[in-house]
Amino acid sequence: MQYDLTSLQPVLPEIFMLGAACLVLVVDLFLSPRTRNWSYGLTLAALLGAIAVTVWTAGPERQLLFDGSYVRDPLSDLLKLAILGVDLLVVAYARDYLEQQGIYRGEFYTLTLFSSLGMMVMASADNFLTAYLGLELLALSMYALVAFDRDSRKGAEAAMKYFVLGALASGMLLYGVSMLYGATGAINFPEVAAAIGSGNVDETVLVFGLVFVVLGVGFKFGAVPFHMWVPDVYHGAPTAVTLFLGSAPKIAAFALAIRLLVDGAGGLSAHWSDMLTILAVASLAIGNVVAIAQDNLKRMLAYSTISHVGFIFLGFIAANDRGYGAALFYTLVYALTAAGGFGLLTLISRKGFDAENLHDLKGLNERSPWLAAMMLLILFSMAGVPPTVGFFAKLFVLEAVVHVDKVWLAAVAVFFSLIGAFYYLRAVKMMYFDKPFDTQPIVASVDSRLAFSVNGVAILLLGIFPAGLLQACRAAFGG
Amino acid sequence: MIALSDYLIVAAILFSVSVAGIFLNRKNVLLLLMCIELMLLAVNINFIAFSHFLGDVAGQIFVFFILTVAAAEAAIGLAILVVLFRSRRTINVADLDALKG
Repeated sequence: MQYDLTSLQPVLPEIFMLGAACLVLVVDLFLSPRTRNWSYGLTLAALLGAIAVTVWTAGPERQLLFDGSYVRDPLSDLLKLAILGVDLLVVAYARDYLEQQGIYRGEFYTLTLFSSLGMMVMASADNFLTAYLGLELLALSMYALVAFDRDSRKGAEAAMKYFVLGALASGMLLYGVSMLYGATGAINFPEVAAAIGSGNVDETVLVFGLVFVVLGVGFKFGAVPFHMWVPDVYHGAPTAVTLFLGSAPKIAAFALAIRLLVDGAGGLSAHWSDMLTILAVASLAIGNVVAIAQDNLKRMLAYSTISHVGFIFLGFIAANDRGYGAALFYTLVYALTAAGGFGLLTLISRKGFDAENLHDLKGLNERSPWLAAMMLLILFSMAGVPPTVGFFAKLFVLEAVVHVDKVWLAAVAVFFSLIGAFYYLRAVKMMYFDKPFDTQPIVASVDSRLAFSVNGVAILLLGIFPAGLLQACRAAFGG
Repeated sequence: MIALSDYLIVAAILFSVSVAGIFLNRKNVLLLLMCIELMLLAVNINFIAFSHFLGDVAGQIFVFFILTVAAAEAAIGLAILVVLFRSRRTINVADLDALKG
């Protein structure tokens, strides 16, 4: 094959991101704390530039690179745009918080960019090796970010727990991958899928490997019973990092699940959809019920994440393009909503005060009606109240499940989201009907307020006009 | 002649030992890091055995990458361990209990 530079065009977003991350790393060395805003500006510019390059290289066809280890297709384009878009919000929220908490360092931006690069690689992986490398780039950056506040006892402990359980999950995933490799003799997803489809592969070995792969994916998503790390890490990490950890990596985890389970082990969907059913029901139940008992808002949102992961899995259980499209829609909406939820915490924190408890929301309407209105939209979207987009996300997933005659599963999901609605509405009640617990004025910079407004309004607008995003999600799966 | 299944059994035993080590160990965080390394090495044995018996080099290339990533992972893990020790003066697993819920 003739090799020339133009054949690298589909991988340009990643190359751009790598260059930008290295640039921020070097430039930041020469900055004093007073001029750190240059790193912030460069990071925003890098993310915007990466979005532009991704749009420029996007197209309806499927392109393979590097001997089939990398793929660029409409799905990867959509995932990358979503990841970068959510990252933009995260970076805009985080600056103010980092500055107030005295941890405004350039490493935050470098690590954020590198983990975004890892997520982009995961979105484009077409063999086990690429998926694993992307996953590790994301995970290693994330471990360091969680320990970002070096003087925090909670932060160090959370980072250690995250590290051990994350490495355990990677190990499990790899063990499963080695079994799939042994059974099929290939690491490229199309070849693996072809070998599974041919029927002359030992199915026992495949299912044995698949169990470990599903376990690893479940860990990365934070599905019950592999959810132990989620509340602790969300609680212990600085809020700006929790904000990042809770939003964009969910999109990357979705990409991992799609690439491994559907592109690679699609022929075993009967097996993994059964495994995911157990994880989904357990996540919906434990996530929603335990969230009620939390008085720490970060922990509450962590358990709410677990319950949303249950919903994302419901789309996979349908095991058809309609279901995957619905799951993708749900994931994107959830990432946007979670960014907003944690974003509010960074907004109402100030110097010497780190907002993380539920009672910090009390009387938010009296302190700032606009922030309260945006938070109302975000909480309604998490609970699934129309006309916010969370309602449609739940609707499409449930529709996909009902379509494959698993009505009982839809009924279980609706039942547990009803329970879940209780703690979202309790937070709304605190914002609007309770006296403020904390009467100090809210100090927040213009950029984070702007990001929060964009976030809230996007949730409302997508809820009123969901067709565009839904179309894009269905088109990503050729529907 | 050592058969493929022998390699797989050794790898499975090593893997089980490391998982058991992670869950049973209550004493020292360093042991956790060792267990994680052991786990990745068990996976490597799997990959190399399959690669040899299938006559396909992809598995061996995979192992090179896993080794490299494991080194980076160990570096981050030890760095976190240092941060942990600085803030608590202990690396006892049972003392990691400030976050519970």
